[in-house]
Amino acid sequence: MLETCNLCGACVPVCPEDALSIEEVKRTKEIDPSEWRGVWAFAEQRRDQIQSSTYELLGAARGVAEKLEVQVTAVLLGSDVENPESLLAAGADEVFYIKDESLAHFGLEPYTKIIADLILERKPEIVLGAATFIGRSLLPRIAVRVHAGLTADCTGLDVDTEKRLLLQTRPAFGGNIMATIICPQHRPQMATVRPKVMKPLEEPYNSKGKVSEISVDSASNRVRFLEFVVDDTSQINIAEADIIVTGGRGLQDPKNFALIEELAGLLGSAVGASRAAVDSGWINYSHQVGQTGRTVSPKLYIAVGVSGAIQHLVGMQSSDYIIAVNKDPNAPIFKVADIGIVGDLFEVVPKLIKEIKRRKGE
Amino acid sequence: MRFIVCIKQVPDTTEVRVNPETNTLIREGVPATVNPFDLYAVEEALLLKEKFGGEVIAISMGPPQAEEALREVISMGVDKAILISDRKFAGSDSWATSLTLATAIRKIGSFDIIFTGKQAADGDTAQVGPGIAEFLDIPQATFVRKVDELNIENRIIRLQSMWEEGSELLELPLPCLITTVKELNEPRLPSLRGKLTAKKAEIPLWSFDELAVEEKHVGLAGSPTQVIKVFPPPPRAEGELFADADPDEAARIIADKLTEKGLL
Repeated sequence: MLETCNLCGACVPVCPEDALSIEEVKRTKEIDPSEWRGVWAFAEQRRDQIQSSTYELLGAARGVAEKLEVQVTAVLLGSDVENPESLLAAGADEVFYIKDESLAHFGLEPYTKIIADLILERKPEIVLGAATFIGRSLLPRIAVRVHAGLTADCTGLDVDTEKRLLLQTRPAFGGNIMATIICPQHRPQMATVRPKVMKPLEEPYNSKGKVSEISVDSASNRVRFLEFVVDDTSQINIAEADIIVTGGRGLQDPKNFALIEELAGLLGSAVGASRAAVDSGWINYSHQVGQTGRTVSPKLYIAVGVSGAIQHLVGMQSSDYIIAVNKDPNAPIFKVADIGIVGDLFEVVPKLIKEIKRRKGE
Repeated sequence: MRFIVCIKQVPDTTEVRVNPETNTLIREGVPATVNPFDLYAVEEALLLKEKFGGEVIAISMGPPQAEEALREVISMGVDKAILISDRKFAGSDSWATSLTLATAIRKIGSFDIIFTGKQAADGDTAQVGPGIAEFLDIPQATFVRKVDELNIENRIIRLQSMWEEGSELLELPLPCLITTVKELNEPRLPSLRGKLTAKKAEIPLWSFDELAVEEKHVGLAGSPTQVIKVFPPPPRAEGELFADADPDEAARIIADKLTEKGLL
């Protein structure tokens, strides 16, 4: 019976012997915010490498902590992580390194339990994570467990020093509006931060702290991790890219994606795709930018043969600089483009490729 | 098998604008739609039901008009729908929403898999799916792009969860919760028969009194986070449109900009 139990609780009131009870993980708490101090940053590692989004996060955490006059603690889970000391120079006053073989690869349940327990024990006022696939899977679970407020995918963090409140700004409605959010009564105040928006510290931080290895009780994991399959490693993934060249319906034929790939290769950039291109089977979903794909904010976004339907724009309109090539002068993409070229991509792009090669001296 | 799908009715994102004078959302005349990511959740539940038998129940927390969204998914083939609606639930953030939905699911009883879309097109948080899984204390897989195998006998599901650079292959025991991304399937269009069924369907309404929740944990009062300000995004600087450049000129203009930015 216990194997199929899903904790619905229906059995408890009806048991004639009154023999059943369900021990619930206590998920609500009353607290005094003044007892909570410190800024924590969840340090993300994959295959033992600390992620670039973590260094960005620590840059932001440092700024917040200075305004509140508290310390930054990096929380790292793993087994054999390379160079955990780098977290100190990146802005952490101390590092909690929970080190165990079982934690080498991200496990939602053990990570949730370990971090939630630490939070309830040590009471940080703010806990931050990067809004990566891991962060957006893990932090919501922790937030519910510790009865905290969590704001997703922030593009701006500021502090109300008087009230000790984190001011969290983020886009909503696909980026058509911005919202600023606070978490007044609950602790910790949690937020995930959009990658590639915050900046890592320019100078190494003169941290007085160290990496402390923390041992915790082993945590169960009902999910079996079988394998991680990496996408085509010859391609830069759009989440990491500073430059993205995107192809859309205007390419007309899958073989014309070769043009996009050649341009992307020359610029060392990632290849993006509109929904139309993905739906037509020209390229894998992991390249899709837009409302049902991914949101990106690279330094440069080049849209080729992309009309710029709103569902696409919401995925890329916060790029630093946008260049668009489309033969329709009324294409909505031109509303967000810093440089718009009305023209035939089949003429413009080959010329551009040639010009780039010439300038590179190839 | 019993599959539960959580759906949300959202304003059609393409039409949302901020009133620049009052800094509030202009909602009048804005059409509503089933949240795009939820369609993949519904479709997956329907596909598994077709293969393994059972029923699909859709639930939604929202104002009374969210009933339209539930009828829409009934017309796709969902067997039953329940609307969770009460003034007291208004203003819920993702914590309060997750609690309310989880409580409603407990009231439904046993289930095998809960499906939710990755995120809602208005809130964009992607937090409610994981929140529900945590309240119900069940395993979760997020951003699921493929279901490889559902083994009813062993009560295990094998699937692929999307990361930036690849996919995690995972095995979860049932019951569990799955959040879906677009690659997972292609949502079917409602059939004529489905639309007639949807029109006649009775959709029970569960209000605050029907759910085992405390007032201090739902709605605006129960939400740890609060929005203090809404404002339009900073406008982009006016761009330059070259409407008549010949291809050579166009190539030069772009290459110049790349050089200027130090990217060449």
